[in-house]
Amino acid sequence: MTTSGRSGLIHDEPLLFERSREGRRGVPVDETDVPLLDPAAVLGEDLLRGDIEGFPELSELDVVRHYTRLSQWNFSIDAGFYPLGSCTMKYNPKLNETVAALPGIREAHPLAPDEAIQGMLALAWELEQALAEISGLDRVTLQPAAGAQGEFVGMKIIQAHHRARRETQRKRVLIPDTAHGTNPASAALNGLEVVEIRVGRDGIVHPDAVAAALDERVSALMLTNPNTLGLFETHAAEVADRVHEAGGLVYMDGANLNALLGVAKPGHMGVDVMHFNLHKTFSTPHGGGGPGSGPVAVKNLLAPYLPTPVVRREDERYRLDHELPDSIGRVHGFLGNAGIWVRALAYLRTLGAPGLAELTERAVLNANYLLAELRESYDVPHEGRVMHECVLTDRLQQAHGVTTADIAKRLMDMGFHPPTIYFPLVVAGALMIEPTECESLETLDEFVEAMRRIADEAERSPEKVTAAPTLPKVSRLDEVRAARKPRLRWLPDEG
Amino acid sequence: MSYTPHTPEEIRFMLERIGIASLDELWSSVPAALRARAELKLAPALAERSLLAHFRERAEQNRTAANSISFLGAGAYRHFIPSAVDALASRGEFATAYTPYQAEISQGTLQAIFEFQTLICQLTGLDVANASLYDGASAAAEAALMSLRVTRRRRLLVSAALHPHYRQVLETYTAELDCEIASLPLAADGRTAVAPLPDDLAAVLVQYPNVLGCVEDLRAHAEAAHRAGALLVCVTAEPFALALLRSPGELGADVAACEAQAFGVPLSFGGPFVGVLAARQQHVRQLPGRLIGETVDSNGERAFVMTLTTREQHIRREKATSNICTNQGLCALRVAIYLSLLGRRGVRQLARINLSLAEYAKERLAEARLRLPYAAPTFNEFVVEVPDLANRYPDMVERGLLPGLPLERLDPERRDQLLICTTEMIGREQIDRLVRELGA
Repeated sequence: MTTSGRSGLIHDEPLLFERSREGRRGVPVDETDVPLLDPAAVLGEDLLRGDIEGFPELSELDVVRHYTRLSQWNFSIDAGFYPLGSCTMKYNPKLNETVAALPGIREAHPLAPDEAIQGMLALAWELEQALAEISGLDRVTLQPAAGAQGEFVGMKIIQAHHRARRETQRKRVLIPDTAHGTNPASAALNGLEVVEIRVGRDGIVHPDAVAAALDERVSALMLTNPNTLGLFETHAAEVADRVHEAGGLVYMDGANLNALLGVAKPGHMGVDVMHFNLHKTFSTPHGGGGPGSGPVAVKNLLAPYLPTPVVRREDERYRLDHELPDSIGRVHGFLGNAGIWVRALAYLRTLGAPGLAELTERAVLNANYLLAELRESYDVPHEGRVMHECVLTDRLQQAHGVTTADIAKRLMDMGFHPPTIYFPLVVAGALMIEPTECESLETLDEFVEAMRRIADEAERSPEKVTAAPTLPKVSRLDEVRAARKPRLRWLPDEG
Repeated sequence: MSYTPHTPEEIRFMLERIGIASLDELWSSVPAALRARAELKLAPALAERSLLAHFRERAEQNRTAANSISFLGAGAYRHFIPSAVDALASRGEFATAYTPYQAEISQGTLQAIFEFQTLICQLTGLDVANASLYDGASAAAEAALMSLRVTRRRRLLVSAALHPHYRQVLETYTAELDCEIASLPLAADGRTAVAPLPDDLAAVLVQYPNVLGCVEDLRAHAEAAHRAGALLVCVTAEPFALALLRSPGELGADVAACEAQAFGVPLSFGGPFVGVLAARQQHVRQLPGRLIGETVDSNGERAFVMTLTTREQHIRREKATSNICTNQGLCALRVAIYLSLLGRRGVRQLARINLSLAEYAKERLAEARLRLPYAAPTFNEFVVEVPDLANRYPDMVERGLLPGLPLERLDPERRDQLLICTTEMIGREQIDRLVRELGA
C-alpha cells in the first residue's frame, strides 16, 4: 500500500489588503427604518474618525475565494491523520456543529434572566454532572475557556483552601519534568514557586522523589496522568497520599484523559482538582488553535471556592448563583465557552458510558499497535505499556544527520501531520505520537509504512529527509528572520 | 457508538502484533486497586435523531432573539451575520486544524491570523495586535498584567464604568500578585472623571464606550495617565463603535483590550468570544499570547509563522508573559471574514445605523417621560431609568420582550436603571413597542 501524500492544484493568494480595490462593495447592508443620522451631528466632529485606513474593499466572491484558497493550505483532521501527541486530534463529529447552531443556543444571551435561559442552564447542569461522574469528583465549573485557564482556576482554588486554613506559607508547587509548559506558567501566574520533580528512569513519578520535596511550604502537586510519555503514573495514589499527609493537595492536568474514560477515576487516585480539555477528550474542534474549553472539577471540600456564578438546581428549576462568599471570583466574562461545551455534551450523549469505555480502549490499542510496529525502526526511550500515546526519538537517525525536525517535515510529504516534536523536554529529540481511537488499521499501517520509509531513507539517502518538505505550498521557513525583524502586520508602503 | 472503526478481526490482529492476549492486558500498568469496578453512571447513548430532539427541546426552553425581541447588550452583541461567514469558517480545513506549529502545512491559518492582526491594528490605531485571547474580560486583565511588567509599578486605577464582569476577572487575575487596584469615579454625565493621578501608577483602565454606553474622553485620560508615567489601557466591548469613533491609538491609548465578538461571532450564551490585545511597537515583547509574523521560506517565497515565541509558556514555562496556550483561532477567523465581507464602507454604514437606532430610541423614551440620566454622547447603548423596573421586568420577559439589562444585576446600587442596546437587528416597530411597555 502506498502512503497518502499527493500534491494538488492550489492557488497563490495575496493578502486581503492587496486584493482590495477602492470602491468595491461586499455584502450589502440592510437599510434601517428610522431616520439615518449624520454621526457628526450626534457626536460632534471631535469624537469622529475618518475612514478606517487600510481596511479592505472586496466583493463577496473575492472573500469566498480568498478564504477557500487559504483553507486549502491547511492540514486538518477532516483531510488526514493528525497524530499530534497530547493534543488528541480525534474526529470532530459534524452533529455537534448542528447542535451548537440551534437558534435557541446560538442566540442565547448570557445576561438574559434565569427564567429565559432554563435550557442553557439545564445543559450546563447535565454536563457538570457527567464530568463529575467521569472524574470521580463532586462539583464542576464550566467557566474556564481553555486548559491553561482551567489550571489557573484549579491552582487558585487550592490557594484559597490553604488560605482558609491559614496556611499562607504554602507557595510551592511540585511539577514533574514531563509536564506541559502551561503547568509552571499557570502556577507562576498564581504567584507560586515551581519545584521540578524528576521522573524516574522508567519515565514516571516515584513517591520518594515527591516525598523528598514535601514540607509545609508545598501547596500542591500538579500531575498529568497518563503523563506526556504516554505512561500511566502507576504510583499516583501513593504519591497523592504522601502529598495529603504533608498538607498539600493534588491537581491533575486532564489533557490526557482520553486514556482513562471509564477505566479509572482521578478522584479515586487521590486527585482533589482537575481540568478537562473538552477540545481534546470530548471532540470539539481545535479551530486552528482555539476556542477550547477547560472545565474544572473539584472535591466537595473545595466547592466553596469555585468561580462565580455557579449553576444551581432547585425543584426542577435552574439558577445562576452569584453569592459564593469564598469564591476565587470570575475568570470569564460570562459562563465560559458555552458554544464549545454544548458540543462536548452532544458528544457525551452520543457515546454514553459504553461508548466512552470503548473509545478509551481503542485509543490505547491504537497507540500500542503503533509502538509495536515502529520499535524496530526508532529508538524507544522508555519501556513499559503505553496508554493513549507513545514517544520515540531520533537517536538512531541522528547517526545519519537526520533529526526529529527532518522526520516531521518528511512526514508532510507522505501526507501526514507530524507528531508533537521535541516534547516532552525530558526526552532528547522526542516524537510524541497520539493516534486516537478514530483511526483505522489501514491508516495506522500507512503511517507505519511512511515512518519506516523515512528511517530507511535516513540511512540510504538522508538528503531526501533533510530537504523535506517538498509538497506543501511553502518549504521550510526562516524563523530567525521572523523573530529578528518582526513584521506582525501588513503596511501599505511594504505592499 | 464511539466513532471507532475497528472490526473484531482487526482487534485480534492488533493484539497479536502488540504481543498480548486480550484487550484487558492494555491496562497492565494501571494498578488493580485504581481500576473502575463499575460502568460510569451516565445517561443512555442517543443516536443522531434522538439527540437532536433532546437538544432542540432544551434550546427551545430559552428565550432569545430567536423567539423574543431583545435589547440586551452589555458586552455581548447581536449583529447580523452574513451567510458566507458560517460557510467559510465552518470549512473543516479551518475548524479541524490545530495550532499552526507546523507552519508549512498551516499557511491558511497563519495568513488569516496575520490579516486579523492587521485589521485589529487598523481599527484600534495601534502598531501590533496578538492572535487573540479568550475574551474581552481576560484581555483587559492581561493588559493590566502587561502594564505591571512594562512599568514595573504595582498600582492600577480602574474606571468605575468598566464592565463589572471585566473588573471581577481583573481582580481574579491579580489576586495573588503584589498589586493594588483602585477605582476612578464617574462624573455626573456618565463618563469617568478626569483628575490628576498619583505618579506611582502602572496603568489606568477606561472602557470606550463604557459600560453605561457613554463615550469617554479618551484623550484627556491618556494625557492624565502619561503625565503620571502610567499606561492608558482602553477597553472596548462593542468594537463597532470604533468604526465611527477616533481610535484608541489616535487618542493616546498605549494598549487596547477588545472584545471582538460583535464582528461575526454569535452570542452562544457568552462564548466562545474573542478577546484581543493591541499595543505600541515598543511593548511588543511584553505582549502576551500568540503572534504571527511574516517571513520567507527556503525558496524566498513569502510565508507566515508563529514568532517571538520566547514570550510563551511552551518555551519559557514559568517565566512566560502569560500561561495562555490557545487563542480563539476560529473566532478570530470569523472576525476577519466578517470585516472583509462588510469592508471599509459597510462597517461604517452599519455603525451609523446602530447609532441612529439608539438616538431614535432615546428620543422616543424621552418623549414618554422616561429619564435618561447621563448626558454624555453614546453609540448603540444607553441607560434609561424605569420606575419599579425589578417588578415589571419578569412580565415583559414573559410577553416576549427582553427590554435590556437591569443594571441592578451588575451593581446593586443601580436600581431602576436599564441598559438598552440597539443593533441593526432592531427596527422602529420594536423600539416603539419597547417605549410603550417601559412607559406604561
